[in-house]
Amino acid sequence: MTRQRRVGVLALQGAFALHAEALHEVGADPVEVRARDDMSGLDALVLPGGESTTIGHLLRTSGLWESLRTSVAAGLPLLGTCAGMIIAAREIVAPAPNDREPLGAIGISAHRNAFGRQVESFEADIEIDGLAGGPFHAVFIRAPVIEAWESDVSVLAWQNERAVMARQGSVLVCAFHPELTPDRRIHEMFVRMVPGEETT
Amino acid sequence: MGEERGTDRVKRGLAEMLKGGVIMDVVTADHAKIAEDAGACAVMALERVPADIRVQGGVARMSDPALIEEIQAAVSIPVMAKCRIGHFAEAQVLQELRVDYIDESEVLTPADEANHIDKWAFTVPFVCGATNLGEALRRIGEGAAMIRSKGEAGSGDVVEAVRHLRSIVGDIRRLGTLDATELMQAAKTHSAPYELVREVAETGWLPVPMFCAGGISTPADASLVMQLGAEACFVGSGIFKSGDPAKRARAIVEATTHYANPDVVLKVSRDLGEPMVGINVSTLADSERLADRGW
Repeated sequence: MTRQRRVGVLALQGAFALHAEALHEVGADPVEVRARDDMSGLDALVLPGGESTTIGHLLRTSGLWESLRTSVAAGLPLLGTCAGMIIAAREIVAPAPNDREPLGAIGISAHRNAFGRQVESFEADIEIDGLAGGPFHAVFIRAPVIEAWESDVSVLAWQNERAVMARQGSVLVCAFHPELTPDRRIHEMFVRMVPGEETT
Repeated sequence: MGEERGTDRVKRGLAEMLKGGVIMDVVTADHAKIAEDAGACAVMALERVPADIRVQGGVARMSDPALIEEIQAAVSIPVMAKCRIGHFAEAQVLQELRVDYIDESEVLTPADEANHIDKWAFTVPFVCGATNLGEALRRIGEGAAMIRSKGEAGSGDVVEAVRHLRSIVGDIRRLGTLDATELMQAAKTHSAPYELVREVAETGWLPVPMFCAGGISTPADASLVMQLGAEACFVGSGIFKSGDPAKRARAIVEATTHYANPDVVLKVSRDLGEPMVGINVSTLADSERLADRGW
């Protein structure tokens, strides 16, 4: 039997509680992360949806930014959804809130609010490369898109000819919110990416 | 593939994304920038903050669209705006403006003394105030995608926010103790739709997020309401009627995130300058209480 994976969920602001529930349902042990000490012993980390400027601000004031950078450099597996995707990106395209240094966990350019304001938010079925079981029902809330990516990034899903999900090594990002629907295949996919879990 | 807009999931989804955050009242584009830089998760675009509406009196209406547009242009975070209770034409204008959330708010002068807006008819999501569980469920029944406990806007006194939160959270807890045959009577008592009463009894929470508003003016106030069950805070006059708005805004943002950690609340509470003066709510005449508006 393998050890249960300890997966942190950045809990500064946003939809972190729903991610924790989803992780629990797929057999992981979720841990809310608000301070540096919460980062110790994690097998993986989820950067949830919320407001990317707010979460970015709180990452700095909480002192988590440095430990996050260190963990990312050491190869901690990450799942970033919506605002989490923006935070994980190597580059943020307009509207950029300020000149904050990006985390650069995945070699993509993220374009914030690319679909428009809330009245343009939507849900739709999308096809995801490598995900068995048919289309995934995806909820896009003031969502970003992946505008450009490095050659070793795999784009896994598209909506209206815009890239909305990608993977590079152990970092997985999506522009939509898998925590808002009961389908747990993306959380399962992520937990399976955590080293040691592949064989079970 | 086909895109569906304005669904329950999309409307409530934005409220999920605002959880754990602070939504700040702003009256200028400069205020909006200060709020965004301080870590606000959204701003409420207004012509006057509630404290000034109280002092100046008169009819309080939807803000000038030009002001809302300036604020939309100034920030990248969601921009909300208020319409009068029952004034669906103001709401239609705000939807045309593509605000991210409409607050059908008791802070403005009500336009209809019996009916609230049919919020199902809109693509844009609505937040509505509530003082008790029945009022919250009636608003959700009309299509509200977020509830905020009302408190007493523009007072700087947190006592009403606490009263309303305790009332809503306490009644949710009590519904969970009833057996199925008692739920119809409970629906009657709360003047609330039976299906929603049953849902709350089963799930132990409202079907939409519940935030807190009305009288929050310090980091400790934010921590208090979060510990009482609020899922995010609206702060109105408390920030821009204080001595050092940027610093107080940052402090309230941090206290909302780290509400369960008194260490952090202590750290951010130091040297904030003058708080808003405020009004002791117990000295307000009944006619001056905004929370009584809404049906």
